[in-house]
Amino acid sequence: MSELSMPRCYNRESKPHRFCPGCGHGLVLKALGMAIDELDISSRMVFACDIGCSLLAWNFFSVDSLQTHHGRTLPVVVGIKRARPELVTVAYMGDGGGYAIGLQHLVSTALRNDPVTVIVVNNTTYAMTGGQMAPTTLEGQHTKTSPGGRDIEETGAPFKGPESLIGVAPPESYLARGTVANVIRLKKMIRKGLERQLRGDFAFIEALSTCPTNWRTDAAGTWGFLEHEMGAYYQVGEMAAGREPITP
Amino acid sequence: MRHWKVVAAGEGGQGVQSMAESLALAGYREGWKALYMPNFGIEQRGGVSLAYVQLSRAEIGSPKFLTANLVIVFSRRSLERCRQYIGSRTAILYDSSSLEMPAVADQVIGLQSYETSAPEAYPLRTGFKPAGEKVEIPLDKRLVAVPAAELARQRLHPRVFNMIILGATAALMDTVDLGGLKETLEERFSRYFKRDPQLREQNFKGLELGFKLAAREKNQRIPLQEALTD
Amino acid sequence: MEFRDEERVFITGNEVVARAAQAAGAGYLFGYPITPQNEIMHHWRHIASQAGRGFLQTEDELSAGFATLGAVLTGKIAFSATAGPGTILFQEPLSMAEAMRLPLVIIVQQRGGPSTATVIYSQQEVTLTCFGGNGEGLRIVYSTSSHQELYDYTIKAFRNAWKYRFPAIVLGDGYQAKMREELILYDPSSRAGSRIPNEPIIGGEQVVHMQNAFSVEEELGEKLLIDLEDYNRAIPVLVEHEFLGGAGGRLLVVAHGIVGRAARQAVKELQARGDRVNFFRPITLRPFPEEHLVKACQQSGNAVLVAESAEGQLGRLVRLALADQVLTSFRSYYRPGLGITSEEILEEARL
Repeated sequence: MSELSMPRCYNRESKPHRFCPGCGHGLVLKALGMAIDELDISSRMVFACDIGCSLLAWNFFSVDSLQTHHGRTLPVVVGIKRARPELVTVAYMGDGGGYAIGLQHLVSTALRNDPVTVIVVNNTTYAMTGGQMAPTTLEGQHTKTSPGGRDIEETGAPFKGPESLIGVAPPESYLARGTVANVIRLKKMIRKGLERQLRGDFAFIEALSTCPTNWRTDAAGTWGFLEHEMGAYYQVGEMAAGREPITP
Repeated sequence: MRHWKVVAAGEGGQGVQSMAESLALAGYREGWKALYMPNFGIEQRGGVSLAYVQLSRAEIGSPKFLTANLVIVFSRRSLERCRQYIGSRTAILYDSSSLEMPAVADQVIGLQSYETSAPEAYPLRTGFKPAGEKVEIPLDKRLVAVPAAELARQRLHPRVFNMIILGATAALMDTVDLGGLKETLEERFSRYFKRDPQLREQNFKGLELGFKLAAREKNQRIPLQEALTD
Repeated sequence: MEFRDEERVFITGNEVVARAAQAAGAGYLFGYPITPQNEIMHHWRHIASQAGRGFLQTEDELSAGFATLGAVLTGKIAFSATAGPGTILFQEPLSMAEAMRLPLVIIVQQRGGPSTATVIYSQQEVTLTCFGGNGEGLRIVYSTSSHQELYDYTIKAFRNAWKYRFPAIVLGDGYQAKMREELILYDPSSRAGSRIPNEPIIGGEQVVHMQNAFSVEEELGEKLLIDLEDYNRAIPVLVEHEFLGGAGGRLLVVAHGIVGRAARQAVKELQARGDRVNFFRPITLRPFPEEHLVKACQQSGNAVLVAESAEGQLGRLVRLALADQVLTSFRSYYRPGLGITSEEILEEARL
């Protein structure tokens, strides 16, 4: 199958999808779709999405899917997995759900090495609610709640998800950061993350993504911000749990 | 007595709950309707430990009650915590080796302490007064002293102190005999007794000692019998 | 089944709950420590280790609730237990259960409130369990008054949660949690109508997409209409109560849970004295047995006394149910956060 065509596990009835033009979600979901196809696991997939723009993915795939609450996707998925270990679960959420309101679940799930695959889409903002500052908003970045640019003296430094879990998740788990600027590599990471779950371990992938609507950028500005500003602060690569990043 | 309402109070770690639970279980095994409820606060250890036991031939209502038939006081500090359960005919069993002979003054047993009163005192504080109280029996006639801590230390083992109290309680209540108490302990602590048969022997001796002392007191004192058979 | 068909025991309420869940065939408990329900977890942990059932101590009540929802989605009979501030956090998963029609079962052992307050006892979680959450309170709430009921209604909560697909709460309290009394354990599978229809909701043959968020209000309106119809249709079957007395009474004493037990005892004593006092105890607080209460009230000279360990949380439900009745008197014995004894109710209710 050409990687440019539609993955088999897509729910064709929900296409074209409802994300804004230029949004990175479609690319992250495409990477996930390709990984599901490659592993041929759609019949035992459960896809759970958070609240925020990620909720729009609720009927994206032709696999069992559900919307949960903001920040609570991970415990739902943990419950599903513990009750039916043969199911393959993905918890799909934004940076607010993953790193702010639901951070305790992320830390605890990683700590327990629950065999689930977590995808956090990092677009540096709360997008669905109108572009507020997120844990991932870069220093100096303008948002509705940091109109003068994010002041890290006041609000702390942008949160680095996978890096924060290095000392938490056990060595058998999988931690990585990919980007929609390189969908093929992102797909490989997600595939590894799913394989790690199939092996019985926790997997976490952050995907750097885009939000032209709230960033108020044109195509060039959007990709420039993703590749340069975000890329400079958030290093793409795999991280070995318990150690420093090895393939920056 | 058809419906026993008993409060036991002591320091955490004195074995109040274990004693009260055994009392309730023994009653249950003898065919009484039984209800045991511990009082518990935030702290795991320390503070006053309180237990409520009811044994009845009929259905039991609320797990707590306003006035007890029998109040068992293990320590000085626990006195204040129990005082609102003491009515005009309530019998009081206390450990005379850790408590002085209480001074007789109004409703209080004379000793003051710093514990706050239990929430059940609330209706009393707000002016509630149960009607139909019977004639008061003078407090000194309803007191039963057993030097349990001292006896345990001298003759048995300090830790069977609460078994002496349990034996004495059973003798006063006359709801369960010694055999029934022993069977109850056997059921509850079989694991420990198997490991250490001496433990069984000491516990049983404690029961017997307490039972004998209290039975003697009761037989010798008519007002006490009256309080205990209301 | 792990025990004989019937077994008479003398155990704590928290153990009763664990044994009831075991008897009902529960497969998982996700829990977070909070007094006075902790021993439910302890006993379940023991049961789970012997019988291949699951247990997870989660990072908080939110996680406990949502993980239970996850397990329930796969068709597993699962539950959790909480109290006080934990019940507040549980409103979030309860709200999702109400929205997505998921059979979430929670045991609540009420403690004193508001806030941290006491670990001991209260009846202050009535409003929270019946109507907490940003919705319509489409829940089943059982208030128990004895260990036997704690056992019976825990089993029933599982059955009706799955049958009607509404979250179900068994509302106990710290007294019931910690006290010991006798009850009969039994194997519910030997009784009629005992099957719990725990079909998997996800992970089956058909692909399902479960929606929690709606783009337009009409879409939500249509969905809620169906939920409300389902709930209202189930009300006559779900409501349960206890009534003691008869026509020609002069007063109706209304109480629920453990206070209901104190009230029953007081009323029995008054009745034995020839005083025509009646007793009404709602067993389901949600849905509330309104019609039965109206009838009981009419049989009692339209005079009502409500007793509860809260400041009118049951009182408001009673008032609402009796809104169309012309009462000759409405009295209350409210003791928020405090136990109520039979003696006090007797004193309030007597002439």
